Amino acid sequence: MEYEAVIGLEVHVQVKTESKIFSSVGVGFGAQPNSLTDPVVLGFPGVLPVINREAVEKSIKVGMLLNGSIPRVTKWDRKNYFYPDSPKNYQISQFDQPICSGGELEIELKGPSRNVMGEHKTIALTRAHLEEDVGKLIHLENESLVDFNRAGTPLLEIVSQPDMHTPEEAYAYLTALKMLLIYGEVSDCDMEKGQLRCDANVSVRPVGQKELGVKVEIKNLNSISGVRNGLAYEIERQIQVLEGGGTLAQETRGWDAAKGMTYHMRSKEESHDYRYFPDPDLMPVRIDHQWRDRLHASLPEKPFDRQRRYFDAYGLPYTLTSVLISDPELCHFFEEAAKRAKRPRQAANWIVNNLLGELGRAGLTLSESKVFPDQIAQLVNLIGEGVISKNLAKERVFPEMFKTGDNPAAIVQARGLGQSESAEDLEKICSEIVQANPDAVAEVLSGNKKAINFLKGRVMRATRGKANPALVGSLLEELIAEKG
Amino acid sequence: MPGEIYFKTLAQLQEALASKSISSVELTRDHLDRIQAVDGRIQAFNSWDEEDCLRQAEASDERRAAGRIKGPLDGIPVGVKDVIAVRDQPLTCSSRMLEHFVSPYDATVISRLKNAGAVLLGRLNMDEFAMGSSTENSAIKITFNPWDTSRVAGGSSGGSAAAVAAGELPVSLGSDTGGSIRQPASFCGVVGLKPTYGLVSRFGLVAFASSLDQIGPLTRTVGDAGRMLQVIAGHDPRDSTSIDTSPPDYSEGLAEKKGPWKLGVPQEYFAEGLDPEVKAAIEAAIDWYADRGCEIVEISLPHMHLAISVYYIIATAEASSNLARYDGVRYTHRSDRAGDVVDLYFKSRAEGFGEEVKRRIILGTYVLSSGYYDAYYLRAQKIRSLIRQDFTKAFAKVDGLLTPTSPFVSFKAGEKTRDPLAMYLSDIYTISANLAGIPGISLPCGFNSQGLPIGLQILGEPMEEANLLAIAHSFERAHDFTDRHPNPAPPD
Repeated sequence: MEYEAVIGLEVHVQVKTESKIFSSVGVGFGAQPNSLTDPVVLGFPGVLPVINREAVEKSIKVGMLLNGSIPRVTKWDRKNYFYPDSPKNYQISQFDQPICSGGELEIELKGPSRNVMGEHKTIALTRAHLEEDVGKLIHLENESLVDFNRAGTPLLEIVSQPDMHTPEEAYAYLTALKMLLIYGEVSDCDMEKGQLRCDANVSVRPVGQKELGVKVEIKNLNSISGVRNGLAYEIERQIQVLEGGGTLAQETRGWDAAKGMTYHMRSKEESHDYRYFPDPDLMPVRIDHQWRDRLHASLPEKPFDRQRRYFDAYGLPYTLTSVLISDPELCHFFEEAAKRAKRPRQAANWIVNNLLGELGRAGLTLSESKVFPDQIAQLVNLIGEGVISKNLAKERVFPEMFKTGDNPAAIVQARGLGQSESAEDLEKICSEIVQANPDAVAEVLSGNKKAINFLKGRVMRATRGKANPALVGSLLEELIAEKG
Repeated sequence: MPGEIYFKTLAQLQEALASKSISSVELTRDHLDRIQAVDGRIQAFNSWDEEDCLRQAEASDERRAAGRIKGPLDGIPVGVKDVIAVRDQPLTCSSRMLEHFVSPYDATVISRLKNAGAVLLGRLNMDEFAMGSSTENSAIKITFNPWDTSRVAGGSSGGSAAAVAAGELPVSLGSDTGGSIRQPASFCGVVGLKPTYGLVSRFGLVAFASSLDQIGPLTRTVGDAGRMLQVIAGHDPRDSTSIDTSPPDYSEGLAEKKGPWKLGVPQEYFAEGLDPEVKAAIEAAIDWYADRGCEIVEISLPHMHLAISVYYIIATAEASSNLARYDGVRYTHRSDRAGDVVDLYFKSRAEGFGEEVKRRIILGTYVLSSGYYDAYYLRAQKIRSLIRQDFTKAFAKVDGLLTPTSPFVSFKAGEKTRDPLAMYLSDIYTISANLAGIPGISLPCGFNSQGLPIGLQILGEPMEEANLLAIAHSFERAHDFTDRHPNPAPPD
């Protein structure tokens, strides 16, 4: 029998803010345990939460980027459960009036090759809600410790509909979501630091069947490839159980990346009754038109929209755009260069193929680059105007720009690399070389075309390499033809 | 300073300090002596630190000598219910659970008291986590009524009321979730004010029922209640439910003659269960207002009879969640008999909480459970809106409502401890003010045949405390109830 998987993803993203969601303590990663705390974060008797405006605004922006509907009023509820990483034994979350309802995310599946764009799809979303993160348990041999540094970090939970069918779609979803969140400056999405976390719900059903199969939730999917691999394993496992005549149980399973398999964590019967109720310590937040409009005006261009603009406005090829749009900072760099470069496509080429390559080899990031967008534009224009050849630019000018941060024109000047300004001068030099080397001329005339290279070399030496080799070639050919 | 210092009003002490006829150290020492002398019988205090009190008083005297007093309470001893956080002081909530907890921070009201120069004198006893009406639910001690030490002080702010009544303190702070300031004030013959919800910051008040809790003063006079409110009221950015306006001058209108007012008498408050002597005293007060030219209007609050049920759903639901943090993991009592973490939760909470607290946690957990939420919590919220509407309609017609504070006077210790429902009825006249968020004041309006105080409750419109104080003050200054003091000596 043919089976089809149905996948929904729950993504938790830490919203990048100065301070925690309900107190003025700073947020961070890797600080001394329990140093990023205060009586509010620790849930001491008598403390009260106050909502962080920045967290709300960034969450609304995410909702808008996801084309979700932003309610007129949003509120917070208490999710009650006991666990030692939770300072109050309830989590302030959102139950029935989340900050964003519905929405969708455009994703791109892998293309047939690196150079060819893959299929685009739209994945429907259920909601996004803003809540507080919990602390972290550290289990030692005979005891457990709690670090509350992470507790109270604003956390936006983005829930998709069961709208995906392959691990590759889930992979593409997370890639696209990550890109969107980075564009919105909502999060750096560093999964190793726990800034982005993902749980997956997956079931399988015979192709053609309408009803969903038994749902399994997978946790501990700690990377984007972990999501893909975990889902691939779990789908195969479920199909095998069904094929073997077995039945599936609704359960929560963990992903063991080292062993490459999922394992049983808890069954549905053990699930909590969270006893949600509106948090009486917080007032509902009204999102009026002015606020909405202001946030809307501050939204960035979405990654795929930008890619389409790069195709249309600059005629960039897919491969260049896919590298550029993965990094908004790089896009900004490119667009700055493109403003001055007479051939923007060449600018993109230089950035993607040369600058990124050099930075990579030097172990530097774009913000550490000594080369600025203007200088890329200059370089492209010097080549376009025939002042230097592409080869010269690549071999001598760009490496020096990269090392020193000097302007390409200055390097050309200082090193005397400029190609002869007038065709007359070059013609004179070529003529002298032809006169001085009758043997070589004769050889060319006798049919040995390669002999012209000797003459070319002489011209290049005479011009100290500044001449345009193509121009030299055609001049020499003309002069020799006159002799013949 | 002539006369007994213990029963001076805040206003008189402010004047005495200002005229330097007494120093803050003398005043503080006198009250500490009084505590030494009578608190063994009253048991209003959970703890106090004599050295620290005198240090605060010395600092105040130095400020006054240098002509740099901080504010209106400079040098005045103030007691604080053991549910409000004072930095470096115990915060027990009269519970085993927090027996050893010391607060690392100040509540907003405490910062305000400190900025006004107050000498924070000690921690006052209460029902555990403010759950109760007699202070018999304290895990530390029972507070007795200074008028008759075989009787209860009321609750949950029993310590705050008894200490003021017994002359151990001129003023104190309490908290009121369903009547916990007004009812003990009425039992002990002092003034107790529950402000409008949101007028006084709750930051640093250990939560019982967040949507009902409010901090307020217990004082000898109505004027003193206004003076205390002036210090503690006002917007606090650390409390999201705090109202963002600047409070008016509460002393205005107390000096000059105000009124006459249009006053309402809700029929539902004079039904079955009201003690005849209490009823007579309240009716006499109503007559006094009528004689003064006030128009007395009969008012109906048709949803009154649902108030207790609604209260015990909403308050316990919120409490079940608010008290979840006391789990044995960090700063609370921790059972030393526990195995794994779940066992630690069960045993620490079983050992750390008293009967009444457990009863309310269980009730609150039940009403929030899936399948019951709509029938209980949601329905209670809807009825709460109706109760609020009842008051809105009433205040469209009148300036204030006159009612008894409690259906009965102080009862014998142990009399109602076995019957929680009978105990809950002590608050029948006070809890609807918390459900509606409106202000209420209790002031002495007479004594019964056994010499026990009776309290008159006046309810007002939200944020109309100035008006409420003026109505209460006009009655107070025409009577001498606040001039009578108990003599809490052993009755041999």
